[in-house]
Amino acid sequence: MEKYDKSVFAKIHSIESFGTVDGPGIRFVIFMQGCMLKCKYCHNRDTWDVHAGNLISLEDLLAKIERYKNYILPSGGGVTVTGGEPLLQVKFLINLFKELKKRGIPTAIDTSGMVNITDEIKELLSYTDLVLLDIKHINDQKCKDLVGFSNKRELAFARYLSDNNIPVWIRQVIIHGYTDDKEDLLELKKFIESLNNVKKVELMPYHELGKFKWENLGFNYELEGVPAATSEDIGRAKKILGI
Amino acid sequence: MNFEQWKDFTTGKWTKEIDVRDFIQRNYTPYEGDESFLEGATERTKKLWDDVLALYEKERENGGVLDADTKTPSAVNAYEAGYIDKDLEQIVGLQTDAPLKRAIMPNGGIRIVEKSAESYGLKVDPEVDYIYHNLRKTHNDGVFSVYTPDIRAARSSHLLTGLPDGYGRGRIIGDYRRVALYGVDALIAEKKEELDVLNVDEFTEDIIREREEVSDQIKALNDLKAMAEKYGFDISVPAKNAKEAIQWLYFGYLGAIKDQNGAAMSIGRTSTFLDIYIENDLKKGLLTEKEAQELMDHFVMKLRLVRFLRAPEYNALFSGDPVWVTESIGGMGVDGRTLVTKNSFRILHTLNTLGPAPEPNLTVLWSTRLPEGFKKFTTKLSIKTSSIQYENDDLMRVTLGDDYGIACCVSAMRIGKQMQFFGARANLAKTLLYAINGGRDELSGKQVAPKFEGITSEYLDYDEVMQKFDTMMEYVAKIYIKALNAIHYMHDKYSYEALEMALHDRNEDVLRTMACGIAGLSVVVDSLSAIKYAKVKTIRNDDGLVVDYKIEGDFPKFGNDDDRVDQIAVNLVKTFLNKLQKHQTYRHSKHTLSILTITSNVVYGKNTGNTPDGRRAGEPFGPGANPLHGRDTNGSLAVLNSIAKLPYEYSEDGISYTFAITPAALGKEENARVANLVNMLDGYFASTGHHINVNVFDRALLLDAMDHPEKYPQLTIRVSGYAVNFIKLTREQQLDVINRTIQDRI
Repeated sequence: MEKYDKSVFAKIHSIESFGTVDGPGIRFVIFMQGCMLKCKYCHNRDTWDVHAGNLISLEDLLAKIERYKNYILPSGGGVTVTGGEPLLQVKFLINLFKELKKRGIPTAIDTSGMVNITDEIKELLSYTDLVLLDIKHINDQKCKDLVGFSNKRELAFARYLSDNNIPVWIRQVIIHGYTDDKEDLLELKKFIESLNNVKKVELMPYHELGKFKWENLGFNYELEGVPAATSEDIGRAKKILGI
Repeated sequence: MNFEQWKDFTTGKWTKEIDVRDFIQRNYTPYEGDESFLEGATERTKKLWDDVLALYEKERENGGVLDADTKTPSAVNAYEAGYIDKDLEQIVGLQTDAPLKRAIMPNGGIRIVEKSAESYGLKVDPEVDYIYHNLRKTHNDGVFSVYTPDIRAARSSHLLTGLPDGYGRGRIIGDYRRVALYGVDALIAEKKEELDVLNVDEFTEDIIREREEVSDQIKALNDLKAMAEKYGFDISVPAKNAKEAIQWLYFGYLGAIKDQNGAAMSIGRTSTFLDIYIENDLKKGLLTEKEAQELMDHFVMKLRLVRFLRAPEYNALFSGDPVWVTESIGGMGVDGRTLVTKNSFRILHTLNTLGPAPEPNLTVLWSTRLPEGFKKFTTKLSIKTSSIQYENDDLMRVTLGDDYGIACCVSAMRIGKQMQFFGARANLAKTLLYAINGGRDELSGKQVAPKFEGITSEYLDYDEVMQKFDTMMEYVAKIYIKALNAIHYMHDKYSYEALEMALHDRNEDVLRTMACGIAGLSVVVDSLSAIKYAKVKTIRNDDGLVVDYKIEGDFPKFGNDDDRVDQIAVNLVKTFLNKLQKHQTYRHSKHTLSILTITSNVVYGKNTGNTPDGRRAGEPFGPGANPLHGRDTNGSLAVLNSIAKLPYEYSEDGISYTFAITPAALGKEENARVANLVNMLDGYFASTGHHINVNVFDRALLLDAMDHPEKYPQLTIRVSGYAVNFIKLTREQQLDVINRTIQDRI
């Protein structure tokens, strides 16, 4: 594969200049390329392959972001990196966030938190204003089934954020028959309550809009037949979580 | 001048000469609050609106036209009084003697009238037919008697399309407020004075024409008085209260729509003017808030009833009975005070009291300095009804001051001081194809433009294409101005807008613009970008005509905030205006340009072959300045940034952008959606964007409305400067809206 300096170049899938659902205000959202998880419900299946995507330089990306300051700053928005799993490109993100902080632009990471807390991750988090932490599943066995990995690291990640007072929005995708078991949700509630930095809990209804991406790439869609979560499903889960 | 009716107002320049702006500035009350003062619809309003809805339903069942009087050529005072329900109506006056009954206006062209009538199973009265075929020449006859072969060829090959040579040009806004403020007699006196000024030693053609026009204006004003008398009102004197002010103003407008079937019959900037009367009545205890809203509701109801009899060809271009009763709302004054008043809220509130509707074409003049309460109120309504368009007051105020209004969709003009010669648009995508094919039409193979050496190489070379494109644009600009000069000469001669122009300043003080337009901007720009940044191979038919293109490699596309391609667009706009400016215009009007197609992007696309950007023959263009569907991949703000680069000073007749988004993509909850939209508009206009239509709805809803129109009688959408009942669009246009403008964010 091609060689590039990972501290000033990144592989990105795409950008969204008018992000309104990944953090507060109007956000410039960077979809980073590459993810190690195998979430059955992933709606961005095309972001998994770490070798795909477009290479962009830090300089070019910053220049792009600058063009949206008129929208971002008055709205209380910022830049959100999502993906894919953005933390796979931590070296780049450290430099990106450092530069954004210099420019007064708020930063957010949308992540599964399924990484080891290395010095680099710690450094990145020191430049991070908000983490959107997607708890894949509170039940470890179910987590492994659903995304292919244990939840141990992400729960440890959550704990680290709490200990270091980094603001967090907890996210949970509600998939009927997968993540909406009452016991599990109560367990999740208990876990969230044990954290001291949670600003918001967002339930994201599972939807099938990402299905075509799996098919386009020639993969079987594993959640075939699972219905999209309804507002009743969300309402029920909210009630259990007490939010 | 001195009138009893003015006793509560602060006097000034406006009492000495006709100057509505001065009256507003001295007497209006800016409002910085929110919408909490508003009241709902009265019982009378609800009952009356139900009657109107029932009429709408009948009209729809009847194939789109309820009834038409094909015997009486319409004029300011051609009809007896008509009512919906006389006892309920607080504001009265209909175009004919019954609601939704359409009139004929054969001065524009008798054949169009006949065709329009026939398409709805009606026949024009034989006597009218005889007169207009044998005794009275029309605008349409006039134009075609002078059209040259090159104009005809450009027209029939759709190089120039939508020219107002068979329909009324419209886009003239009478200052209807003058009727209320001064009464008609004072206006007549002023016009008589002008006649006097026009009594000069050098009795030239220009002077004679102007004298004739002013005489016609005086006659129209007298007719207006007589028309109002039929409804039992004496409008020779000023209005004395809010109800009269609205009634007088509406009569002025009603006279105009009885006189002219203009493509756009806009009403101006009336709500803040009317607020002065309402505020005065409220203060004196003559009116309650509930009654004030009722008056505005009834006024707006009348504006929703405006209908013209139009031909199927016209409907293919602009479906859904558009009238463009554009009302410009809000904005800031040059002194820094906001021009938002409580009545700005009331007129927008009709979208709640009466429900959403395409007319009147509610246009908010946005400034980043508008009061927050007003910003939130309008965006909330946008999200709920998709019935509002926004235009950049901070941009327009610089050249137009603070008493301009929008005609049609995006054409700004100083009220009562400026008019335009509407010029539809030139198809620049086709122009590019002609450049490649040496002036031959890519579909018919006909030599339409003068023959010259086309592109002979297999691969397109950017510099060579640009050089030939330049030559071709030169030609199109020439033909275009020739056609427009002919059209407007004849329109003035055979279908002069006497009443609308009577509500303007003196002839010599009125600025006239020659409003040209571009269609297919994003198609041309992407094509040029493909030629420049990728490799584009020509594919020829047996006749050597280039009929298709093969693109090798990728290229930057308009709508992604990428300067490599956006600058091509900027240069194109500048270049085309420069070329137009080389040609003399009728009445020395000022050349202007717009980037606006309304729904005609579908028809233009239908008549244009494969283009070098990969667009297939027959596929619609993007509306107005929109990027081509699916080419923008960096989200909405990237599109806004691209469009905001288009230079307004070279496109003063407006740059239209149609924006559509699903509620979910705008934000997770109501408050966030409102805040995001406010910030989006602030950002766009601060970056010098000119116009934006805002649509907020789900794709699924539109798909359902296509199949079940009866469930959505009031579903309104906005496309390229106008609002329309979705169910009144042709199926093709409906699909275009769904495919091209709404993107689900995944």
